[in-house]
Amino acid sequence: MTSPFDPHGHPHDHPTERRLPSIERETVADPDHARQHASVWLSDVSVGYDTRPALESIDLAVEPGELLAIVGPNGAGKSTLLKLMAGLLVPWAGRIEILGAAPGTAVRRVAYVPQAEQVDWAFPVTVGDVVMMGRYPALGPLRRPAAADRDAVAGALAQVKMAEFAGTQIGRLSGGQRRRVFLARALAAGPELYLLDEPVTGVDPTTQEDLMDLLEAEARRGKTVIATTHDLACAAQRFQKVATVNRRIIAHGPSSLVLDPAILAATYGGHLLVLGGQTVVLDDAHHHDQPSGREAHFHEDGRR
Amino acid sequence: MIEALAEPLRYDFFLRALVAAALVGTVCAVVGTFVVLKGIAFIGDAVAHAAFPGVVAAFILEVPFYLGAAVAAVGTSLAIGFVTRRARIRADTAIGVLFAGTFAFGIFLYSTIQGYVADLFSFLFGYLLSTSVGDLLALTVLGGLVLATVGLLWKELLYATFDPLGAAASGIRVEWLEYLFLALVALTIVISLQAVGIILVVAMLVTPAATAQLLTVRFGRVMALAVTLSVGSAVSGLYLSFWLDVASGATIVIVQTLVFLAVLGLGPRTGLLGRRRGAVDGGPATT
Repeated sequence: MTSPFDPHGHPHDHPTERRLPSIERETVADPDHARQHASVWLSDVSVGYDTRPALESIDLAVEPGELLAIVGPNGAGKSTLLKLMAGLLVPWAGRIEILGAAPGTAVRRVAYVPQAEQVDWAFPVTVGDVVMMGRYPALGPLRRPAAADRDAVAGALAQVKMAEFAGTQIGRLSGGQRRRVFLARALAAGPELYLLDEPVTGVDPTTQEDLMDLLEAEARRGKTVIATTHDLACAAQRFQKVATVNRRIIAHGPSSLVLDPAILAATYGGHLLVLGGQTVVLDDAHHHDQPSGREAHFHEDGRR
Repeated sequence: MIEALAEPLRYDFFLRALVAAALVGTVCAVVGTFVVLKGIAFIGDAVAHAAFPGVVAAFILEVPFYLGAAVAAVGTSLAIGFVTRRARIRADTAIGVLFAGTFAFGIFLYSTIQGYVADLFSFLFGYLLSTSVGDLLALTVLGGLVLATVGLLWKELLYATFDPLGAAASGIRVEWLEYLFLALVALTIVISLQAVGIILVVAMLVTPAATAQLLTVRFGRVMALAVTLSVGSAVSGLYLSFWLDVASGATIVIVQTLVFLAVLGLGPRTGLLGRRRGAVDGGPATT
């Protein structure tokens, strides 16, 4: 995946590998070391909505250059975890540091992309308008976009192969094109940390490859990329690391080790099926704009 | 024709009404564009009704009409904002309660001043032709304040309206902006009361912006078109009401509504709603 000369390939694999075989969470040998070197650092964090807890006792340290997939069943708290990192939710307990500061303070260095379902696609804005929004934090209040911002927007649109759509209203785009545009908005911000909620859900294989190539390139440049996904095949093949979540972090480490039947069974409970070495999620269809070609949905015709 | 257009301009009261109509039309269209996109037209209607006790109280206390209306309208809109964010009741329920309750309080206050022959009809439906020089001054100051605020916070308002989560994550104080916007809606309603009155003010806020959205898909153009339609309807409605000797506020709203219906029926994008929905639900991804 990465060149052997790449300093950001697998910078700190050793501690995570050690704790993987047992699914239990173990504290990292030197927590202060982890904290100082992490882009994203959560310690014993819990959060919920109203009085209902959504995540409990979350410990997570994500290092610069890490390309991390957050996987787990519906309602496991994947999006909630991302919102905590983006400063959109205040934790009930625990401590969070994002790029060395409190969440929501290093806003110019963080780009957050919400799920496609949370955007009003009928809104009268063009593709270029949306990508320009990525420049707003750097512009600050009262300032209007200048030539440098327009260049950044054009560059980001070219990266996602959407340059010719700059003047198109967003509602006229396909699902895959919409995800491209929102990734372009994040790229235009030039962040150090990407927080992407379902960036490749419901898109065609070509778009998925293109978007993952871009994210991989960003990670190689030392940027931290954290994305939630439903697509275990994509997590296994394209992400360096995976964290499985179900109310708690079940496991976090290199994707080849985490995407193991025992860990997945612990994450997904009974809704997981392993067929001929391929892992299949049973109850996870309703989040998709359209089912991705890679995922299969089976019913109770077999048990592992 | 020129004669017919120029004739009413000889009257100062008509000139003042014309300037007021254009000003109110502009402010309403600018704020209304955001109101329509946020889907909070019903909040505008509720706030307009809530201004009524403020207007009556201002009469009783002999303070300027704008002051009473502004206090009541801004107070209610911020209360609606707070209740819908914090309390665990549905927004439409909270607004239904506040809307009827405040309006009833206005009627109650009004009925205590039976001796005073204030005209209930002009409270409820506006009376543009009675615009005074003082009214124009108040309109200009308050309207200018609203327009300047929208101008300064243009990109933040746009981002927060389009994608509140993305905007909040990028450091925009979305909750604060929401309250500020509700206050702007309240001030817009206050300056529109003289023109169209409590009952019809929601049309000034919503109809031109809704019409503009049927015609174009670019945010800047939607707003520019909304202003054009709004001022055009206000001015032509005022002329019509003068020639026909009928209520001006109602005539303006009728003109706006007819323009909306004409665009809905004949406009180039009328069929688009169906196409757009198709793209959201089943449209193929890029291949």
